[in-house]
Amino acid sequence: MSILSLFVVIPALMLLCLWLAKSLNQVRGVMVAGASCLLALSIWLTVYFIQERAAGNTAEMLLTYSTPWFKPLNIAYSVGVDGISVVMLLLSSIIVFTGTFASWQLKPLTKEYFLWFTLLSTGVFGFFISTDLFTMFMFYEVALIPMYLLIGVWGSGHKEYSAMKLTLMLMGGSALLILGLLGIYFFNGLYSGTYTFELTQIAAAHAIPMWIQEIFFPFIFIGFGVLGALFPFHTWSPDGHASAPTAVSMLHAGVLMKLGGYGCFRVAMYLLPEAAQSLSWIFLILTTISVVYGALSACVQTDLKYINAYSSVSHCGLVLFALLMMSQTAVTGAVLQMLSHGLMTALFFALIGMIYGRTHTRDIRELAGLMKIMPFLSVGYVIAGLANLGLPGFSGFIAEMTIFVGSFGAKPMIGDPNDSFRMVATVIACMSIVVTAVYILRVVGKILYGEVENKHYLELTDATWDERVAVICLIFCVAGLGSFPFWVSDIISPAAGNILQSIGVM
Amino acid sequence: MLNYSEFLNMMPEAFLVLVLIMVFFADFCLAKSERRLEAVGRMTMTLLLVQTIMLTTAGPSEAFGGLYVATKAAQVMKLILTFGTLIVVMMAQPWLENEAKKYAGEFYMLVLSTLLGMYIMLSSGNFLLFFLGLEMASVPLACMVALDKWKKNSAEGAAKYILVATFSSGVMLYGISFVYAAAGTLYFGDVAAVLSASPLAIMGMVFFFSGLGFKISLVPFHFWTADTYEGAPTPVTGYLSVVSKGAAALTLCIIFMKVFQPLVSYWEYLLYIVIVLSITVANLFAIRQSELKRFMAFSSISQAGYIMLAVVGNSQMGIAALSYYVAVYVVANMAVFTVINVVEHNNGGRTDMAAYNGFYQTNPKLSFLMTLALFSLAGIPPFAGMFSKFFVFMAAAQQGSAAAYFVVFIALVNTVISLYYYLLIVKAMYITKTDTPLPTFQSDGHTKVALAICTAGVALFGVCSCVYEWIAAAGL
Repeated sequence: MSILSLFVVIPALMLLCLWLAKSLNQVRGVMVAGASCLLALSIWLTVYFIQERAAGNTAEMLLTYSTPWFKPLNIAYSVGVDGISVVMLLLSSIIVFTGTFASWQLKPLTKEYFLWFTLLSTGVFGFFISTDLFTMFMFYEVALIPMYLLIGVWGSGHKEYSAMKLTLMLMGGSALLILGLLGIYFFNGLYSGTYTFELTQIAAAHAIPMWIQEIFFPFIFIGFGVLGALFPFHTWSPDGHASAPTAVSMLHAGVLMKLGGYGCFRVAMYLLPEAAQSLSWIFLILTTISVVYGALSACVQTDLKYINAYSSVSHCGLVLFALLMMSQTAVTGAVLQMLSHGLMTALFFALIGMIYGRTHTRDIRELAGLMKIMPFLSVGYVIAGLANLGLPGFSGFIAEMTIFVGSFGAKPMIGDPNDSFRMVATVIACMSIVVTAVYILRVVGKILYGEVENKHYLELTDATWDERVAVICLIFCVAGLGSFPFWVSDIISPAAGNILQSIGVM
Repeated sequence: MLNYSEFLNMMPEAFLVLVLIMVFFADFCLAKSERRLEAVGRMTMTLLLVQTIMLTTAGPSEAFGGLYVATKAAQVMKLILTFGTLIVVMMAQPWLENEAKKYAGEFYMLVLSTLLGMYIMLSSGNFLLFFLGLEMASVPLACMVALDKWKKNSAEGAAKYILVATFSSGVMLYGISFVYAAAGTLYFGDVAAVLSASPLAIMGMVFFFSGLGFKISLVPFHFWTADTYEGAPTPVTGYLSVVSKGAAALTLCIIFMKVFQPLVSYWEYLLYIVIVLSITVANLFAIRQSELKRFMAFSSISQAGYIMLAVVGNSQMGIAALSYYVAVYVVANMAVFTVINVVEHNNGGRTDMAAYNGFYQTNPKLSFLMTLALFSLAGIPPFAGMFSKFFVFMAAAQQGSAAAYFVVFIALVNTVISLYYYLLIVKAMYITKTDTPLPTFQSDGHTKVALAICTAGVALFGVCSCVYEWIAAAGL
């Protein structure tokens, strides 16, 4: 049994303990203990991974383990991690840890809330460690469905509508995915002779003919792309985020949307390499639209959560954009962006949740002068905002810089309309940086500074200890990643290189 | 001269007949006793459990020169059906106690005789024996639907059911006569050997299929379903939707793959159309239902479409996927019906969806179990339904043609629609606020056991791969 299985076993144990828990304190105790274990495990994994690589272990996947699950159908429970998954696991455990603290005060039905929350994280962790398509897909769906109840029961605003919309759109995506997976399984089996769901084996066999790849690539890419907020399938995201409770927004924007990007790269592009090259230009256009459109939409919103949700559309669009560029630098940047966006958005949503919990409004027209009333939260907000618009020293700068440098120099692919297509796309996408600055500064200026308009707000208090834990953790991570980016990019870059080599573009 | 020792080859059937007789006499002898209901119920359950356990070891067997052919797959299906029946009998207890006390004995007799009919359907090697089994399985069912005879819609449902059943039997018999005309024999093995794609044979196949289509309630043969399901007592509805459907589906699969193999290109197209129609039409109707039993009727029609997807594969994998799907469907659907039943009998017969508003506040455990079962029906992991759906899709996609992929695609799109309507119930239970939720109540012991078994199945049939592997090991 690989130690990676602990990433699924711990949440499963947490589910059991939560189910047995009798009081609120027990529930909280289980959550903190479990989330800390997961965090410790992922930190250990990162250190171990760096050491192994330093010691010269160049295997594509580390800590691999595989055992047959449904033997007659060649389905296996296989796990393994490469640099990208290690980073994603680290991100997920940070978000789960901080998310636990961000939902400390949540009422009612706290126990049920944490049950679904933990089930969601089980799915997320399972997804990132799996190397078997079926197992991966199963965890993917496990991660999606708790969202319905989490938003529907504990959300706010149009929660029923948003929850249903989100669930149906994401499940629609996963319906497309199933078709794509079946196509990969059967056609790989047909042409290579071995029927398998194992990712690395399918990639190594490289047997699926071009025309079949071109049929199934869109299914898988869009299937995952829905979760990665690919235009025009992003519409669930603003509604969903706006209605979700704080920690769920954090987990969703911070981690769940990364499943989309990760899946697009790991499954669609890795397993269907020729189609990825010939069709990437279509999706590049879509992602460029995501990037610019998301940023522009954020400028006109007045609800804090909507602003952030559209900002997420823009930033997650940038992830897919960079992945499709298929150069090592850009892909490394994409993973950095996933990490950075995950942390920043989680921080943002946590802060918005805390502000909303006090003022009971998220409308920026009604908020003003919060800096005087709750300085801790406001400073946190400013930091999150600056990180989001790419101020050097924070993670956003590193990620976007890497992406744009990598994309501008990306080699043209066979399907591209013309040789400078990728350069033009990069230039257009770059515009989003300016727009990001506009909407961030607009919000910061409006809600944090100026005179306090509503006198009731003067009685509000600053952050409590549990909120401070969440916020400080995240700020620490965002700044840490921004100041010392190389240890992370050194983990990611070889893994990205491996996959790109397998795709045949390096 | 009949060789009586051949009956020993029909062990499951022989034992079931024995059970039938024992239950009959027990009911007869205890007629005056106070403990009749309890005693006969316990006895039926025990004997069904024994039968289930015995079936785990039943191997393939043959008797009467090919008239009776029980493949391993058929034995597995018998096991699943017996298991389903056991749950039905368990969940029926509150209903029997409260409303149908007088008819408890009849209920057991009828259930067991339909089950016997299904056994015979599954293990027939000849069209006539098959027809006999089919009739035996469907006529007593009409009586079961009518057991709540003081309710108008129970009688109405039964009338609709029996009319449609006899009509479809007629159509099927007509089809069988065509097959006889084309092949000159009614033995499955012989028919398969001589059948060619003549118009006569194709017509025979189509008529035969329509007849079975009624039983499985595929669109366009589904019109009786909603009214009958609504009118029947809830345990009987559960029985109709799961057990009787499963038997017919596997028989159809066996006959198509064994007997009509020469016509494979014809029946595959027939299936494509019927599957797309069943799943889509039923899903669209289900969205609009506000009565839970009607809702489950349409849900079961669409589930039947998914079951048929396994037949498209025309392979060993398809049979395994079908049996597995039915097994999972048994536990998931029975869990839902058990909850519906217990709610109905604790709240003056309410089965409308509005009754479930705010159900979680007052009965958290029941609504939680119901949620798991609904998730399983919708195909959400880690519950068993996702696995069975995925395997059915695999079986269909394995066929490899563009048409098969297209049908799979339509079915996949429909999973999203079905998720929508299953979530409506979840929404009612968890999210919708109401001032008058159903009062908190204690469910009786039998219901608890039935729910525990079903929930264990929903949770474990998928994750524990041994269930699928065991089913897949059983070939035709």
